[in-house]
Amino acid sequence: MSAIKVENISKSFGKVKALDGISFDVKRGELFGLIGPDGAGKTTLFRVLATLLNPDEGGAEVDGFDIVKDYHAIRERVGYMPGRFSLYQDLTVEENLNFFAALFGVKVEDSYDLVAPIYRQIEPFKTRRAGKLSGGMKQKLALSCALIHRPSVLFLDEPTTGVDAVSRSEFWDMLADLKQRGITILVSTPYMDEASRCDRIALCNEGRILGIDTPTDIVAGFDSSLYAIKGDNMYQLLLAARKANGVRECYPFGEAHHMIADAEFDVEQFKAELVEVKGLHIEPTKPSIEDMFIKLMKQ
Amino acid sequence: MSDYIISVKELTKCFGDFTAVNRISFDVQRGEIFGFLGANGAGKTTAMRMLCGLSYPTSGSGTVAGWDVMREGEQIKRHIGYMSQKFSLYNDLTVWENIRLFAGIYGLSKAETEKRAAEALERLNFSSERNTLVGSLPLGWKQKLSFAVATIHRPKVVFLDEPTGGVDPITRRQFWEMIYEAADGGTTIFVTTHYMDEAEYCSRVSIMVDGEVRALDTPARLKEQFAAESMDEVFRILARGAKRGE
Amino acid sequence: MHILRDVRTMMIVLLIPVVLMILFGFAISTEVNNLNVAIVAPNRTEGVRQVVERLANNPYFTVVDYDSSIDIDKVLRSGKADAVVVFDEDYEHLIAQRAEGIDTHPAIQFIFDASNTNIAQTGAVYLQNVVSTDHSRQELLNLHLLYNPQMKSAYNFVPGIMGLIFILICAMMTSVSIVREKEMGTMEVLLVSPVRPIKIILAKMIPYFVISCINLATILLIAHYLLDVPMSGGLGGIVFISLIYLILALALGLLVSTLASSQVVALLISAMVMLLPMMMLSGMVFPLENLPTVLKPLPYIVPARWYIEAIRKMMIMGLPLSAVVKEVAILIFMTFVLMGVSLKKFKDKLE
Repeated sequence: MSAIKVENISKSFGKVKALDGISFDVKRGELFGLIGPDGAGKTTLFRVLATLLNPDEGGAEVDGFDIVKDYHAIRERVGYMPGRFSLYQDLTVEENLNFFAALFGVKVEDSYDLVAPIYRQIEPFKTRRAGKLSGGMKQKLALSCALIHRPSVLFLDEPTTGVDAVSRSEFWDMLADLKQRGITILVSTPYMDEASRCDRIALCNEGRILGIDTPTDIVAGFDSSLYAIKGDNMYQLLLAARKANGVRECYPFGEAHHMIADAEFDVEQFKAELVEVKGLHIEPTKPSIEDMFIKLMKQ
Repeated sequence: MSDYIISVKELTKCFGDFTAVNRISFDVQRGEIFGFLGANGAGKTTAMRMLCGLSYPTSGSGTVAGWDVMREGEQIKRHIGYMSQKFSLYNDLTVWENIRLFAGIYGLSKAETEKRAAEALERLNFSSERNTLVGSLPLGWKQKLSFAVATIHRPKVVFLDEPTGGVDPITRRQFWEMIYEAADGGTTIFVTTHYMDEAEYCSRVSIMVDGEVRALDTPARLKEQFAAESMDEVFRILARGAKRGE
Repeated sequence: MHILRDVRTMMIVLLIPVVLMILFGFAISTEVNNLNVAIVAPNRTEGVRQVVERLANNPYFTVVDYDSSIDIDKVLRSGKADAVVVFDEDYEHLIAQRAEGIDTHPAIQFIFDASNTNIAQTGAVYLQNVVSTDHSRQELLNLHLLYNPQMKSAYNFVPGIMGLIFILICAMMTSVSIVREKEMGTMEVLLVSPVRPIKIILAKMIPYFVISCINLATILLIAHYLLDVPMSGGLGGIVFISLIYLILALALGLLVSTLASSQVVALLISAMVMLLPMMMLSGMVFPLENLPTVLKPLPYIVPARWYIEAIRKMMIMGLPLSAVVKEVAILIFMTFVLMGVSLKKFKDKLE
């Protein structure tokens, strides 16, 4: 049985179609990622699943309960961490935790085993007001609060946005640990590089899902040959490469440019064509989630 | 004057007993895309504020776009461009009004504004959209426009604060392409970010930890030096040792 | 709970009533120290001169003008004089007639600027005493009060202040605090928890209700001990009506919070929809009788008007609770309507 079952959900705000026929399933105990830029509809989807919004069309079940009819049952079973930091800034770390425990009618001690691995990291600051914490610590506190009632499903909306690389990586480690304890996690992020930390991902853009699969299989769907090219003058290289024979597409990709080649592409011929570009370096490269995302967006 | 657009030596900023930025030194060349990275609380923002002329260093020396960071903050402000993802354009003004507003802020004459705005719109293929409200433009367009606005007074150096966070991959590439183009034309680009994938696009990168610059090199050499796969890993190796818990 | 954290707001909220009460109560000092008097006497007879001399020698008065004719209105409006004493042309004759027991028109007229009720009231008594040493002459006096003929007394503002403060604290603070949760994103988390929305609302309202009760006590204490407001209508009744009004204000705050999306909007709505009409249309500042006909029906829907009316009757006029049944009934009705509407509007979903 699926922990989350979304069927053909649409939701509009005025003229803007935030969600446009979204469907997917999340298995029990799965770490499922919604990957997509701002405006992809991730937050709206979370709000619908967290029973804060009713969909215009379609329906969904969370933990076997209908999001419209049984929303009270769902509210008892899910932990929700909204995109913005949404704890009481003027309460201390400890007070926030106690407040949320009281809100769900539980005792902190009863869930301490679940919360402890995360909470212990911020415990030294427990008398500090939540508003004074760093980005990474705020996220840990918010996660602790979302876990306090032992939810069976966790909704995390962009938990790593605005958090530095070290805290981000720690945060993903924590999610992996929670998954081990059988909690189903639905998490969203705009960072493609975080996709590999999920069991399965859905690439979303402008209210639609471009593709759903495991990160490896998503990338495997990239069927063109891809090269990474470098040169001393990256901009001139980009312009020149686009004009070269057999180059279907070329776009900046961090340190190198990624180039999608046709069947007739020939490396030696390419080098000859770009003889004027100094320090030219070309090698085949493996596509990443981001390459796939670009490909899917263009389809 | 040398070819360095930004050149700072032993720049320090203290707040009371706390040394937010501790003797940082580096040079940025003309036309370079310089990435300025650091964890939360590493002193990145403080350093950036000094370089933009928003606050004066406690000690040290340096120049930005030819102006003294110790004394000529006002001049620096006037001669640099600044763009941040959070705030850049007014959504309830049209494309044209936004350009005119910012040109006015930088003291361009009316005729000059007209000329440059037309040029900028031309270059972006935006001429047909000059009377469109910025709020109704797609995100990618907004970003390109705000970069054009940030460079309307032809600054020698543009400071970009997390320019492409949360933007879709295609728009993001278009944006970097624009930055490459500007850099190719001789504008220096100074990018502060804590997204490591943005760092990969920079020609050189400095990483701040605990108020000091701990590493400064091209992304390739940094990765080599730390035997890391990505800038993300380099950063994690460096920042793990951070003492400041913020 | 965390309302206590915001020490600054707490202090402000608790101090506002005290400051307002004291300001209104004492800015208008109850003691008349130096009353500027202009004197008009067409004939400077012996009798007139005697009176003028007595006035001039009295430390409480300063004679600023002494002439046979003066533009009274101008002198008072410019603030040059607080009062004008006008002797009749026929002063000596009138006095003489009076002494013989013949009814005449008054020989001396006092004209006061009564916009400052204290000065007018106390000053008139002083003047009377000085001018008419002889008690029998008192009937000769004619008192004219300009600009505030009803002589609204100093403590008349107390009901008004109460109406204002409770709206301010209950309605404005409640709405702002609920909207702040929306703005901070904490409302999202609260709603997703199994706690029923009604509990959230109550939890938000109770602190402000308690604060308002403290304020009510403070105001009543100040009113009674510092300003000597009679409160002869019975304390119980006043408290009862105030509690109804408090609940009404809370309901109003809740309603605003369901309409507003940000704290600024909440403040604006509160100010525009509640404070302004309340000040203008409740009879607190401007007498309702002076409203243009078109606006005449408006005050009937302003809750503060009924509250202030009721409190005024009980506190100042000293009428019993039974005299304000109409006002109380209207207030209770409004409370139910507002509560009903706002509870219905407060959704446990976003949107």
